[in-house]
Amino acid sequence: MDIQALAKDIPVEGEYSLEGIDFITSGEQYLTFLLENEQYAVDILCVEEIRSWEKPTRIPNSPSYVKGVINMRGVIVPIIDLRLKFGIGKPEYTETTVVIVLSYESDEHSRTIGFVVDAVSDVLNAEENEIKNAPTLGGVIPHHYVDGLVNVGDGVVTLLSVEELQQIEAHSIG
Amino acid sequence: MSLDLSQFIPTFLEESFEGLELMESSLLNLEHGDDETINSIFRAAHSIKGGAGTFGFGHVTDFTHLVETLLDEMRDGRREINNEEVEVLLASVDCIRLMIEAIQNDDDYDPSSIEETSERLSFLLANGEDTDGSGNNVAADEPMLLGKIWQITFIPEHHLVQTGNDPLLLFNALEDLGELIVLAKTEQLPSITEIDVEELYIHWQLTLMSDNASEADIREVFEWVEDECELDINLLSDDTPAPPSSVDEQPVNKAPNTITDDSETIEELPSHLNEADVALEQAASKALAEQEIAAENNAPAQSSSSQPTQATKPAAKTPAPKTQAKGKGDTGSIRVGVDKVDSLINLVGELVITQSMLSELGNDFDLSKVEKLTAGLEQLLQNTKELQESVMRIRMLPISFAFNRFPRLIHDLAKKTGKDIELIINGENTELDKTVMEQIGDPLVHLVRNAVDHGIEPAEKRLAAGKSAQGTIWLDAYHQGGSIVIEIKDDGGGINREAVFNKALEKGLIDVNASLTDQQVFDLIFEPGFSTAQAVSDISGRGVGMDVVKKNIQALGGRIQVDSVPGEGSTFKVYLPLTLAILDGQLVKVGDEVFVVPLITIVESLQAKADLINRVSGDMVLYRLREDNVPVIPIFELFNLPAEHQTVDNALMVVVEADGQKVGLMVDDLLAQQQVVIKSLKDNYQDVAGISGATILGDGSVAMILDIPGIISMAQKIAAEKQAERIANYSKALEGAVN
Repeated sequence: MDIQALAKDIPVEGEYSLEGIDFITSGEQYLTFLLENEQYAVDILCVEEIRSWEKPTRIPNSPSYVKGVINMRGVIVPIIDLRLKFGIGKPEYTETTVVIVLSYESDEHSRTIGFVVDAVSDVLNAEENEIKNAPTLGGVIPHHYVDGLVNVGDGVVTLLSVEELQQIEAHSIG
Repeated sequence: MSLDLSQFIPTFLEESFEGLELMESSLLNLEHGDDETINSIFRAAHSIKGGAGTFGFGHVTDFTHLVETLLDEMRDGRREINNEEVEVLLASVDCIRLMIEAIQNDDDYDPSSIEETSERLSFLLANGEDTDGSGNNVAADEPMLLGKIWQITFIPEHHLVQTGNDPLLLFNALEDLGELIVLAKTEQLPSITEIDVEELYIHWQLTLMSDNASEADIREVFEWVEDECELDINLLSDDTPAPPSSVDEQPVNKAPNTITDDSETIEELPSHLNEADVALEQAASKALAEQEIAAENNAPAQSSSSQPTQATKPAAKTPAPKTQAKGKGDTGSIRVGVDKVDSLINLVGELVITQSMLSELGNDFDLSKVEKLTAGLEQLLQNTKELQESVMRIRMLPISFAFNRFPRLIHDLAKKTGKDIELIINGENTELDKTVMEQIGDPLVHLVRNAVDHGIEPAEKRLAAGKSAQGTIWLDAYHQGGSIVIEIKDDGGGINREAVFNKALEKGLIDVNASLTDQQVFDLIFEPGFSTAQAVSDISGRGVGMDVVKKNIQALGGRIQVDSVPGEGSTFKVYLPLTLAILDGQLVKVGDEVFVVPLITIVESLQAKADLINRVSGDMVLYRLREDNVPVIPIFELFNLPAEHQTVDNALMVVVEADGQKVGLMVDDLLAQQQVVIKSLKDNYQDVAGISGATILGDGSVAMILDIPGIISMAQKIAAEKQAERIANYSKALEGAVN
């Protein structure tokens, strides 16, 4: 098929299906991942890469959720085990265990940190009005890490704030 | 011909700073100076003036002009060189620097000091020996002092340049005789299609203003081309004020240059004109006509830039557009010797050859070629290593860049303190990383200042002690192992051990019964407590901000060491790593982890012998290393790692030293030594106690670099905590027993 014609055919907004493939052109996109069968998501634009688990080099006397550092094309990237940090899921390293490397640029500096999760699952498309505030009623994840909740089918996905995730030294929870 | 001059301003600024440095150092040497020194100062000043004029920095031109005039009188021997002049000139150098810096930063400056200095200069000039008509070297804007005016018509034959003669050189020679105005006549230029680029169609009208040049002198200049030109020399007037008010303040590119450019233009044109495009020809001749005008405009202007004798050359050079416009902008620039770049290019060439060899080998590889492959890889290794070294060398600058300011500093300080001090600099060619150099400057200034202030005693005291009245400060730089050592030594009174000790006692830094080695006592002067002004007046000195000095040096990964002999002087040794980005490291293994120990800190590595281990005061482990008792730090314990060797017996020990403290690091294995590139942990994580950074090893894995001073203070902290805990337990047990 002529690619030009195809491009013309794709509507500016909304969903479009072509031969079984979904094109999504509106809203923000989020990468969802699993922590002990719970769905979480982060802004996909912050995802630098997804790596398979490899044993990092330990950082002496660091908290247990800091697994160490790896060499990512010459950059020293610390690896945080999200399951340990939030206390969800077993810190097991299986074949689906992956490291999501997130980059976040703030005004002062930019940071790249890898987060160990059980598995990546999907790309979620969510409009702003679909994101609901999370109720402040318990839960293991400190409230400031949560940007909101999104309903997906019957389930709920928790959107995590990349900005907050990057502040590892600011609020270390055991 | 419009030329955007602004792109050359950074070059001008850089060259001006160099010129100022040269002026400063030459002025300081002027005491034992000769004509050559004055000439070089004059040349530097003249270059700055010329450049400033070109770029329209009138205030710099005006000021420098005064300096130049004064220098000129000195050069002619019409003025005695004494301290007053040198002082004023040094102050002038500061003023020019202030103005140039203001230009560089696009900033304002405080005009008061410049006004003051310029008044002092004018005063000196007015009171100096008057230019009684014999003003051979009078500057351009004092035309009344000019002598004879010669009118020279120079019509060279068309083939003049083919005989290897260049009119430009002749004019340069004429300039040595006096003020020269060059006017190019281009009436004879043929139309563009007929021009032969190897012929010379221009002739010149020259006006030479000189007080003592004779006709013979002028003829001598033209001696070589005598037979190839028409030469007409007329004496226009004698002792007449120079007429042309068109003599501009601003030296512009040399007229002859412009004309050379013309011929280049012409050279290019014929090829386009093969079809004799009339329109093009018209356009071209119009362009030529414009350039002609430009040439004529430029020609008279040039005269004011031309000063007699050697001054001509740099003057012509400074405004000349250099192709490498070195921006001294935000990014910072570095001046690299061409040889260094050449060697880089060579190496890259070799690397390319090796690469193509390897890729050819890879095309149809079978095991029979394994030997070739190994050889190729070896070559690659060699190339890469050399390339790395060469690249590193580019960042290296001779330490004279940092040392240059010291003669001036000593000069000023000696004057201020009334002491007679000689400065001896050695090893100024030792090379040091640019970043290190920039950051070591201030600490060094501090150390030198201290040596003058507190080290060298006043003359009477020196004489009483049987020393010469003149104090000496040595600045020395040399390589030692993988590091650079900068030594600041004085032959002053040395550090008063007792005074330092008492001061430390008073500040509560030490215990009254503490028995300290000399070294430990001297190290006390780096304590923050000693940095108050009061401390300086109380003890023999060495107080001001020494803690800052030490901190700055440590921030560079270096260390400082003091030696002092009472009555004989003190030596400060600053050890610095060659570069900040790379360090020589010893890889060690603790458990499964590989760590890098900076080689600069390692004293020796050894296998611990059981009978040399002493346990004192409960649980402190000491290892007897010859005379020293070295405390042992088990790395595995400090970092909570599982390790093979849990006890000191027969363990491998790396004895390291930091802040004058030796400790033995217990490790499981010693691996290779290698250069490692330091990567920050802080970028993406945070600072980690005991770790100064990370590096990537050959296999792509990450290894931590140990921060030796950090490890020592960590171990001390842990020991203190343990002790406190023990005391608490003990007193608790005691309480329990009492109750």
